[in-house]
Amino acid sequence: MSIATRLPRPAAIARHLVLLVLAAVTLLPFVWMISTSLKPQAEVFLSEIRWWPEKLHVVENYTAAFAKAPLLRFLLNGAVVTAAIFVLQVAVALPAAYALAKLRFRGRQTVFALVLFCVLIPPQAIAVPLFLLFHQLGILDSYAALIVPFTISVFGIFLMRQFFLGVPDDLVDAARMDGISEVGIVWRVMLPTAIPAVTAFGIFSVVAHWNDYFWPLIVLNSEPLFTPPLGVAAFRNAEAGTDYGPLMAAATVIIAPLVVAFLFAQRRFIEGIAFTGLK
Amino acid sequence: MADVTLRQDAAVAARPGRRPARDISRLREQWTAIALSAPALFLMALLLIGPVAAVLVMSFTDYQLGASAIAFIGLENYRDLFSDRVFWTSLGNTLRYVAIVVPASVALGLGVALLIESGDSLKRFYRAVFFIPVMATLIAMAISWEYMLHPQFGLINLLLKKVGLAPHAWLTDPALALPTLAVIGIWQLFGFNMVLFLAGLVSIPRHLYDAAELDGVRSAWSRFWLVTWPMLGPVTMFVVIISAIRSFQVFDTVQVLTKGGPNKASEVLLYTMYSEGFEFFRSGRAAAIAVVFLAFVLTLTVIKARLIEKRVHYL
Repeated sequence: MSIATRLPRPAAIARHLVLLVLAAVTLLPFVWMISTSLKPQAEVFLSEIRWWPEKLHVVENYTAAFAKAPLLRFLLNGAVVTAAIFVLQVAVALPAAYALAKLRFRGRQTVFALVLFCVLIPPQAIAVPLFLLFHQLGILDSYAALIVPFTISVFGIFLMRQFFLGVPDDLVDAARMDGISEVGIVWRVMLPTAIPAVTAFGIFSVVAHWNDYFWPLIVLNSEPLFTPPLGVAAFRNAEAGTDYGPLMAAATVIIAPLVVAFLFAQRRFIEGIAFTGLK
Repeated sequence: MADVTLRQDAAVAARPGRRPARDISRLREQWTAIALSAPALFLMALLLIGPVAAVLVMSFTDYQLGASAIAFIGLENYRDLFSDRVFWTSLGNTLRYVAIVVPASVALGLGVALLIESGDSLKRFYRAVFFIPVMATLIAMAISWEYMLHPQFGLINLLLKKVGLAPHAWLTDPALALPTLAVIGIWQLFGFNMVLFLAGLVSIPRHLYDAAELDGVRSAWSRFWLVTWPMLGPVTMFVVIISAIRSFQVFDTVQVLTKGGPNKASEVLLYTMYSEGFEFFRSGRAAAIAVVFLAFVLTLTVIKARLIEKRVHYL
């Protein structure tokens, strides 16, 4: 598949040289973060570069990180919120996508046009009215405030509709012959065929909402509800340049779940994040 | 919707002689479809369409959170905004940020993709390494960058000192704050662009390179300009627009690292909207900024949608 017909040896070496240097630069913030998370305070404030600490402070820094901030709580919040968002998104989007792809009804064009219109709306642009709505409803500073705005994924509807269009009508007809209800068709016939698409969408959704900072920052006040990005930012504000070891340990803990998952399932992640986000 | 079903009922009733089995199943399909899309339609109206309408309306009011009265003040918010130096600084900075991040992240993404595809070994490894920043929580990484950019103990200045260059106060020097944030933006985005370019490269038909070779095109350089670049044209346009949309939304790094400072040197549109709307609670004014933001992003998104339509024919 490569562009070149086998590179001559010097070129092949040059290729690796350039790519390795770029890779090193790309990984630098990660390497430095992890290296700092292993250092005692005395070695953090040095005027020389020390990649590996003379005295390892792994246990001290990571215990301090978990003791100074409820990191586990933040991770748990992140897991609860992203899981709830994803499940609700699928619960809302899949039936609508099925209707748009497989049922003939008046108003279908209009509904689809609305979906396409809504895909265009950047979430930040409607933050002010949503905030006021949640204020009116009295649900600011709650899990609900974090989850509800994202229960509707028009993008998910669009993606699943495209996928369902490719599912043969015969499958749906056969299910109807067997006496399966329409709701049953959505969940017991369509969903199983759509697992790859749902997985890609799931990765897209989980990564986006695990990393989201803008909306949680706006609606949350109480630390026990903080999602991982908000938690690590609060930790940093509290420590303000005094104790980098535990801070970097906390940052490492926050990014670890997604990065580790990515390393185990690279292809799926790239499909989910890069390609699902486009089509 | 009720109107639609009434008409359908009437249609069924109008043909009394025939057993309306088909009409009944039609009607059932109609109802099923409405029932299945009802939750989505309700949430779309409540959480997307309603708020878009609301943000437009609010931008013509003097609403402030907690205020008891609300009045329509016409274009006052916009007039205020357009005569406010901070707004123009903020818009200018946002465009400058986009103007740095887009070309750099697209060029870097393309360059890395070409290098990766030009050989056979370690392809997966390189792809993974360059993609990690795309999905690592940006806030956590911003904090790591902040420490690396620390004026005294930061790795960057220590490295500069080692090679005999002068250190800088990267995030607190007004001339450097925005470009520094842009570098973080490039670092985070180019891996995403790389993946799109890799997909584009793989879809270039192999026989075009063979044909070029037969025509005496020998060097990698001319192969690139004769085959790869023209074939990547649509992908490149697409990547440029996507990068522009993403970098126009810059917020996280600004909020954590500079708060728009020093002296508004890194103030960007979303950050201005955030402080007006959620720190000063001047909702009307924040809504006007949101409308300006929306106008830019919508324009870019519509261009993107056009490109997707075209690409379908192309590939």
